[in-house]
Amino acid sequence: MSSFPRPIATTRSATGISTGKLAVWWLIASEIVIFGGVLGSYVMHRIGHPEWASQAEHTNTWAGALNTFILLTSSLMAVLAHQAAEHKDGKKAAKFLYLTILGGLMFLTVKSIEWTNEIHHGFTLTSHTFWSFYYTAAGIHGVHVIVGLIIMAIIASDAKKGIDLQRVEAVGLYWHFVDIVWIFLFPLLYIAK
Amino acid sequence: MSSTATPEASGHSHDDGHGHDGHAHGHAEQNFFLKYFWSTDHKIIGFQYLFTGMFMALIGGFAVYAFRMQIAFPGMSVPGYGRVTATDYNALVTTHGSVMIFWVAMPVLIAALGNYLIPLMIGADDMVFPRLNRLSYQLFLLSIVVLIASFFVQGGAFGGAWTSYPPLSAKPEYNLTPLGAPMWLVAVALEFAAFLLGGINFVTTLMNSRAPGMKMFDVPIVIWMIVIASILFMASVGPLVAGAIMLLFDQTVGTGFFDPKKGGDPVLWQHLFWFFGHPEVYVVLLPAMGIVAEVITTFSRKKLFAYKTVIYTAVGTGALSFFVWAHHQFIAGIDPRMANIFSVTTLLISIPVAEMVFVYIATLFGGSIRLTTPMLWALAFIGEFLLGGVTGIFLGSSGADIYFHDTYFVIAHFHYTFFPIAFIAVFAAVTYWFPKMFGKYMNEAWGKVHFWGTIIPFNFIFIPLFLLGARGDHRRIYDYTHFPDLMKPGMQDLRVLATLSLVVLLAFQVVFLVNYFYSAFKGPKAEANPWKANTLEWQAPSPPPHGNFPEGLPTVYRGPYEYSHPDRQDDHWPQNSPS
Amino acid sequence: MISKYVDSVATFSGDIDHLIWVITAIVGFWFLLAEAVFFYLIIRYAARDGVRAQYVAGEDPKEKRWVAVPHYLTLAFDVWIIFSAISVWQEVKQTMPQADETVRVIAQQWAWTFIHPGADGQLDTADDIRLVDELHVEKGKTIHFELQSRDVLHSFSVPVFRLKQDVIPGRTIRGWFKTTQAGAYDIQCTEICGIGHAIMPARIIIESPEDHAAWLLSQTPATAALTTPTTQTGGMP
Repeated sequence: MSSFPRPIATTRSATGISTGKLAVWWLIASEIVIFGGVLGSYVMHRIGHPEWASQAEHTNTWAGALNTFILLTSSLMAVLAHQAAEHKDGKKAAKFLYLTILGGLMFLTVKSIEWTNEIHHGFTLTSHTFWSFYYTAAGIHGVHVIVGLIIMAIIASDAKKGIDLQRVEAVGLYWHFVDIVWIFLFPLLYIAK
Repeated sequence: MSSTATPEASGHSHDDGHGHDGHAHGHAEQNFFLKYFWSTDHKIIGFQYLFTGMFMALIGGFAVYAFRMQIAFPGMSVPGYGRVTATDYNALVTTHGSVMIFWVAMPVLIAALGNYLIPLMIGADDMVFPRLNRLSYQLFLLSIVVLIASFFVQGGAFGGAWTSYPPLSAKPEYNLTPLGAPMWLVAVALEFAAFLLGGINFVTTLMNSRAPGMKMFDVPIVIWMIVIASILFMASVGPLVAGAIMLLFDQTVGTGFFDPKKGGDPVLWQHLFWFFGHPEVYVVLLPAMGIVAEVITTFSRKKLFAYKTVIYTAVGTGALSFFVWAHHQFIAGIDPRMANIFSVTTLLISIPVAEMVFVYIATLFGGSIRLTTPMLWALAFIGEFLLGGVTGIFLGSSGADIYFHDTYFVIAHFHYTFFPIAFIAVFAAVTYWFPKMFGKYMNEAWGKVHFWGTIIPFNFIFIPLFLLGARGDHRRIYDYTHFPDLMKPGMQDLRVLATLSLVVLLAFQVVFLVNYFYSAFKGPKAEANPWKANTLEWQAPSPPPHGNFPEGLPTVYRGPYEYSHPDRQDDHWPQNSPS
Repeated sequence: MISKYVDSVATFSGDIDHLIWVITAIVGFWFLLAEAVFFYLIIRYAARDGVRAQYVAGEDPKEKRWVAVPHYLTLAFDVWIIFSAISVWQEVKQTMPQADETVRVIAQQWAWTFIHPGADGQLDTADDIRLVDELHVEKGKTIHFELQSRDVLHSFSVPVFRLKQDVIPGRTIRGWFKTTQAGAYDIQCTEICGIGHAIMPARIIIESPEDHAAWLLSQTPATAALTTPTTQTGGMP
């Protein structure tokens, strides 16, 4: 990686915002419309089919709430990692990033227990279109969580060595976005009954 | 050739210890594979997209040849293909449509030109994410592999049209392509992923890596257009990505997102598709408009008329394009009241687009016009696109669309927009930047032969299709002999005329390919700035080496279109010339 | 203009033709004008030795007029077209005159089934007349149609009426027409519906009152049963 010759273009900053951060903002912008597409479709269907509430009541609100709490906490860890990176403390930044990752892993664990339980009760991807939306929306979100964890692991291991500390903030932005998507998913999938 | 040294060029230390010259030469020893297939150089990636797009254009062209022959001469054994069955016909139509839009227009106009031109024209040595750029091309290539593989699987290629409306596309028992349909969808999704990566790269590169002194209003129109188009793409494709995931689940695991029996709604897909599909028209139109701006200013030695207006109309068009999608669905079962709203927005979008065309025509006023091959193409774009634009008014008017929807009138209309975009403007670009890309000239005489051999048959293909559409020919029909009202005297003659013109058009493309590849190797040597143009790419050597500006990255002092300035003897004034 | 090539046999088809004529006149005029100016400029300002191009920024309002005036004219003509288009749209799609008869149209891969109400004028009764790919209506009557699909999207298109409406599974979509002239004409499916999309032609037969009565008489329930197609088995949704 370090053998890659960096063009001068990568070092410029005509806007004053670092290129990495700018790119993450644009990534988030394009992700918003992807989730917007899924959630918009879902909301239109829920409005058109009030009877889906009878399916929605089988979701586990407590598991959803617990996961909301876990993700919010992990976002806090990402903020602390950013602060440490601002102070050029790569080791500390890495430590908080690992805690963020831990939060993400706990989220996935709760999710898998919850899904296993639901599938055992016969609520599968194809059993009803409510559940199709439920698994698809949360599944796309889950993929974003997993991708975020992998990227964070790479950045944390670099940050520990003090390399590319500016990336800590960029990945933090992404993680907050993943968190915010969940803040939308939770009421739409769990609370609306 | 007065490239000015910049602080950056003297400050090599930025560069992780790799001096500027260091990496210009560092790549010279690389083997062929690393240089041309694993490169992160924006110019090589641009070429990869360009040549891949050209290759895909051959596939799209072959498909249209086969199915047009079937329409003109039903039941014949098409030379080079054989008999076209109904299944083949649908697959060919679908392949032609999706290939030409997703794998020709998009990669050539956005990815190839964006990659090649953005760093050169903003005075940078590369994109800001060179490796992301390489990954983007690799994903794009993978999408093509999946698409081509789908031609050979059991059941054959998908035949449900490039719009892929469910329930037809959702269930194998309806479309009879159990593998072709999901593979088509995966290919399209991969292609979107590639362009999302590319789009982020383009936008951040323009925002952050402009040459010192280059303000946003010093950026050439073509770069503005490519970047606005990338933003449009990123902002519009999301719902379709979501829709593609949902449709893929419907196809493969049996969910019912678009299945009315399970509480789903097939029309939902149409909304998701066209929410992307209509802005997509402008995603490819804007870069084409940008190319034309560069070419007509250079060859009329004129400043672009109302530079800022062009940018504002482009932004306005882009913004409005998010509110017109349902004009594709007037008769698709949406609430008829919605049609009124979308009729209004659709006609309103004619205003910024028309204004852009007016600006280009006004630019010609008082010019010193030289009809070189690139200029012919650029002017032809304006002349032909006008017809495509005005015929859109018929379709945007809800009352008239009741009759014209899904007829050949629609086909003729959008080919009068898409053909100028994806071919006429691209030929303008390819011939205009050829001396830069290869350091050679193309043959001018053969270039003009190719021009007339394309433009004349083009009109003879699509004017008959307007007439056929007005007489009731509906789309995607492989044999009209089943319809007595469509076999009235003269109608089949028009179909034959369109098909024969197509064959002539396709034959003339051989002239282009020979001229292009022969000139790339054996053409007369071109100087760095053969057209005496102002923009930065012409101030670099031809072809530009790795790193683009061996004498140091340029600094910018003025806008891109200062031609025939009264204070200067010379009729051009390069952007990087201090005085 | 269109009626020169395609008969116009519904009450609203003439209005659609008229709308198309209005649009053609407006955009045709602007198209020809723009092309004329465009070609004039290309010829007038062809490069000549010793003549330098002018330096015009196009930012001065005086210069911008050349673009701004056409811009406002485009807007004005757009408004004209919008009003014409919407009034026709409302006539065809947003009004439903009182029906003399209602027929049900069922689309499937790849055939049309037309259910005529029969002598009693009511659908879903014993004397309904089901025909495949053939629709009989009486000239001058206002007909309502109910569109249903058994599988994928189809589109019910009758070029001589200038009428088109997609058919969507899971829904019943209603519309109307009133004929003005007897004759037999094509019905098309204009939404791609699979490999048999091209072989889904049907005919509409518009009959004078006497012919229609004779046809109705010939289709007693007994004979209707004989002509009932095999495709009827699915049962009506």
